[in-house]
Amino acid sequence: MLLEVSQLTKTFGGFTAVNRVSFGVAEGEILGLIGPNGSGKSTTFGLIAGALAPTAGSIRFRAEEIGGLPAYRVAHRGIARTYQIPRPFRKLSLLENVALAAYYGSNEHLSREKAFALAEDCLKLVNLHESAVDRLGAAGLKKLELARALATQPKLLLADESLGGLDHAEMEQAADMLADIRAKRGITIVWVEHIMGVLMRVVDRCVVLDHGEVIAQGAPAAVSQDPKVVEVYLGTDAFA
Amino acid sequence: MNYPLHLAILVLLWGYIYTSWSLMGRLGMVSFGHGAFMGIGAYAVVMLWNHFGLSPWIGALVALAATAVVAVLIGYPCFRFRIVGHYFALVTLALSEVVRLLITALRDQTGGSLGATPKGALTEGTTVAIGAMQFESKLVWLGIVAAAWLAGLWVWRAVDRSMGRLALQAISEEEEAAASIGIHVTKAKLRITIVSALMTCVGGILYAQYQLYVNPDTVSGIAISLQMVFGVIAGGMFVMLGPTVGAAFTLLLAEGLRLAFGNRYPALDITIYGAMLVLFIIHMPNGILGAALERFRRRRERSLLKAAA
Repeated sequence: MLLEVSQLTKTFGGFTAVNRVSFGVAEGEILGLIGPNGSGKSTTFGLIAGALAPTAGSIRFRAEEIGGLPAYRVAHRGIARTYQIPRPFRKLSLLENVALAAYYGSNEHLSREKAFALAEDCLKLVNLHESAVDRLGAAGLKKLELARALATQPKLLLADESLGGLDHAEMEQAADMLADIRAKRGITIVWVEHIMGVLMRVVDRCVVLDHGEVIAQGAPAAVSQDPKVVEVYLGTDAFA
Repeated sequence: MNYPLHLAILVLLWGYIYTSWSLMGRLGMVSFGHGAFMGIGAYAVVMLWNHFGLSPWIGALVALAATAVVAVLIGYPCFRFRIVGHYFALVTLALSEVVRLLITALRDQTGGSLGATPKGALTEGTTVAIGAMQFESKLVWLGIVAAAWLAGLWVWRAVDRSMGRLALQAISEEEEAAASIGIHVTKAKLRITIVSALMTCVGGILYAQYQLYVNPDTVSGIAISLQMVFGVIAGGMFVMLGPTVGAAFTLLLAEGLRLAFGNRYPALDITIYGAMLVLFIIHMPNGILGAALERFRRRRERSLLKAAA
């Protein structure tokens, strides 16, 4: 297993956002982490990426404990993330946004020139052309998030892709892009999503969260038949 | 000839100090605490010289070391626990006042609010005392502060062209996202803070040795810190020469007020700084030089368009 999360717990005061969550991610896999809004997906991501410190439990990456490490160290270990709500650096150019990630995120200590060259590659990979950050729409900002994460040359990509704000074609594109990234770069991906339809086509396995707990995991087809999962999603358009 | 020379020295010296401040200020770390670093520089050299006969050159090393320690003591907890924006300004404001109050309270050693004068090393016939860092000729001082000023501009440009500047800009916008791409936020901020503080400390040393007089109100405390913030914002913090333009502006303003009103209204300049600061932030956030360059650029673009049409 590339990543092994076990008994991971995070409480905020009296509220338990993530409750003894355990799952593993195999090398080269695309894992879908799904669940309705507020089910603890993004908190789980924050814990793995080092933005939050776990209350209990362990996170092992390449057989080493990374739970509680600061975010920049987790990045250096080879984990990159994107944010559900894009967080671009608006005062910087598109290329600078990505070059910064290449320069600081990789373990190899790239030169400035190499960092900018790598940034150009990453922008090409996600089909973004140089423009002002402020002119990017929702889909463009998502792509920028992805390019920035890829520029750190990760082994594991945590893609927080709540695809809200995108139309159907854009969602399909985003899904294809993730599949493409795995195929071309061999990057393992954990994909967070609350809409199941698009995701099911691309992922190898799913972990379903509800109220901070894992309620099902397994192959997409089996998970989508699981009565508990159906119940959680019943009455929503999640399967649309 | 002496007065214009004196003004030129002060413009360059304050230009240097403002440039040092702007290293942080332009990257979203607005410090109201730089009066503290200036005060440590000025008082450390004068006190060590007066009480222990320690040459200001050695004193300077002590002052720089003390400044670095204070900068880390204040900076580290702020950066580690994400004290940013207004809160950072408040913490640094307190630092600035602590140093001023400390100087005032230790009046047996420092002369308190009356200030202190370094023991004169220039006897009849000598105009240069290198060991005591005292020079009679204003031209020598012009050379010294010009060198400091140029060095300050060089640092400003080196920072401007570095990846560190991009990193700090990213941090000032989205600290968590910056950390997520591998930037060690605390380290990046601490580095620029130490550089900025040390440079300001040197400014304090030069100021004390040039004026041969230190006073807690003119080298530390809120007033001097506010003056730095105002000067840089007025001149323009995003262009290299902005802080220097700000220094010329604040100095001419202060001198003009002094000539017009004498010493009748002692806090008038600070009152005007405060009022103008608000106006600048609202109407000219890029400062005098920033706004002028912007206007110049637009005019050129327009004439280029016309030429093309």
